Amino acid sequence: MPTSIAPSGADGATPPARPAEDPRSGSVGPSSGAAAPGAAVHVRGLVKRYDGRDVVAGLDLVADAGAVTAVLGPNGAGKTTTVECCEGLRSPDGGSVRVLGLDPVADARALRPRVGVMLQDGGLPTGARAGEVLRHVASMYADPRDVGELGERLGLGSFARTTVRRLSGGQRQRLSLAAAVVGRPEVVFLDEPSAGMDPQSRHAVWDLVRELRDEGTAVVLTTHLMDEAEDLADRVHVVDHGRVIASGSVPELLSPDAQDDRTLRFDAAAGLDVAAVAAALDAATPGGPGAWVVTEPQPGSYVVAGPAGPRALAALTAWLADHDVLASRLTVGRRTLEDVFLDLTGRHLR
Amino acid sequence: MTTTTPRTPGPASGAAPAWRRVLAQTGFETRAVLRNGEQLLVTIVLPVMVLLGLTRTSVVEIDTGGWDRIDFVTPGVLALACVSTAFTSQAIATAFDRRNGVLRLLATTPLGRGGLLAGKLLGVLAVEVVQVVVVGAVALALGWQPAAGGILAAVGVGLLGTACFTALALLLAGTLRAEGVLALANLVLVLLVVGGGLLVPPGQLPGPLEHVATFLPSGALGEAMRGALLGTGVPALALVVLAAWTALLAWAAARFFRWQ
Repeated sequence: MPTSIAPSGADGATPPARPAEDPRSGSVGPSSGAAAPGAAVHVRGLVKRYDGRDVVAGLDLVADAGAVTAVLGPNGAGKTTTVECCEGLRSPDGGSVRVLGLDPVADARALRPRVGVMLQDGGLPTGARAGEVLRHVASMYADPRDVGELGERLGLGSFARTTVRRLSGGQRQRLSLAAAVVGRPEVVFLDEPSAGMDPQSRHAVWDLVRELRDEGTAVVLTTHLMDEAEDLADRVHVVDHGRVIASGSVPELLSPDAQDDRTLRFDAAAGLDVAAVAAALDAATPGGPGAWVVTEPQPGSYVVAGPAGPRALAALTAWLADHDVLASRLTVGRRTLEDVFLDLTGRHLR
Repeated sequence: MTTTTPRTPGPASGAAPAWRRVLAQTGFETRAVLRNGEQLLVTIVLPVMVLLGLTRTSVVEIDTGGWDRIDFVTPGVLALACVSTAFTSQAIATAFDRRNGVLRLLATTPLGRGGLLAGKLLGVLAVEVVQVVVVGAVALALGWQPAAGGILAAVGVGLLGTACFTALALLLAGTLRAEGVLALANLVLVLLVVGGGLLVPPGQLPGPLEHVATFLPSGALGEAMRGALLGTGVPALALVVLAAWTALLAWAAARFFRWQ
């Protein structure tokens, strides 16, 4: 059974204050301009240029204590640059960045003990053993977590005596995460934390992230993995071309108009008579003729839009049964975060 | 609204004391060098082999000016040891740490950039202590009799040389690609050994090399070390040259070093 990671401070100390408000109650659309004085991370109008090109172009972002905030975006969207500005590794060209109310560059000395960082490229010394690296990072803090316990949580024990150079990508990621949290930070920045990990490692990492959140830590993670954002994040900021193009909780992003999401989707043999399906649904539901629109955007993949409900579902499956058609997949309403993401950022490769 | 974790504010909350952070980094850097085969080859094996080669064989002709060969050669080998650690080993280690993001990661911990730099410098000095013990022991076994009165001066010269060549190491490591630094740092070491006045006094080098080496930090370090340990006194010119290089290289390293 995994041992709990004690909150910062001595045992028995008052646990860190939790947000009074449900962190899921974010707003949809470009992030709210309202000041968030209590926010652990508050980025306003951030601009960062490389070679005259705006990599981050007026980005706003808020992350609260006791919440997981995902910065979701395609490669090159400006995610890493944004968190590097929050970590004090880069100086912004415009806008303001506040972490725990402080400036990450000017107040770096005060912030470093309170902020944990997991870099995308790892930043682990390659010649040292894994266990030694973690102990070394722990020695920078006055009251670090128990290295052995943390190592056990993340399964570092099996390779503690292996040099970093010989570790697999997933092992390195887990070691990097351990190094990021060993100092009991109040804010953790995780840049693509589960890149290159096998499913078991990912779940170990996700469990730890949730636990950090429950202890009151502000967790900011960048990812381009939909399921990671969907499973972990209390708030998602979708970033593209250096701006936040949508933010909110996952349920909010998934169904901005939840009451009106009336879509059934199913996969079956190609070339079904979509007009007949629509007519059957019209007859079975109170909307009357024309209430249902059935399309087949891809061969064998159908979208059924209308006043979806139990009756409509029964009518649809009845029609399929009458015509001896087996649906290989049938979903009601809910879009995935991937649908939202692709709708927002487009489908072209970049 | 939300509240952040209540903590006692203050610059050092949560961080270990500065001396402990620097000491930890020093130990980490030192172990990294002493554990790495190639680094050991350059920092320990090479100086010892040069010492043996110059004293037990006559492959290289050196005019010892009437001094015992071991007394004349050992100061130069100590100067070489200093350059191999402060320059070659440090340049390569820092260049790869920079490429692998180690410098950036450590800069986000309470260690910070200042602590990282301090740890590196002290790590160089710690490795040099090991070098002096090993090279010194071999030399003493071969009959070396250093001028007792010059040992303190030799330590001072070693510190100045270390500052100078560490600055050069950081200048290269902080501006060039890691692979480039690897090649260059080894090449420069070879050139300085052969024609830089480290082992062979600048005055014995052929043609214009004599004048060049006199004003190189390597020539100045070699001459200063020989002056101290042979008991003839540290030449003022060598000290001035070494100090000037140190100031110039430290400025350049601070000015041009890129952390990423």
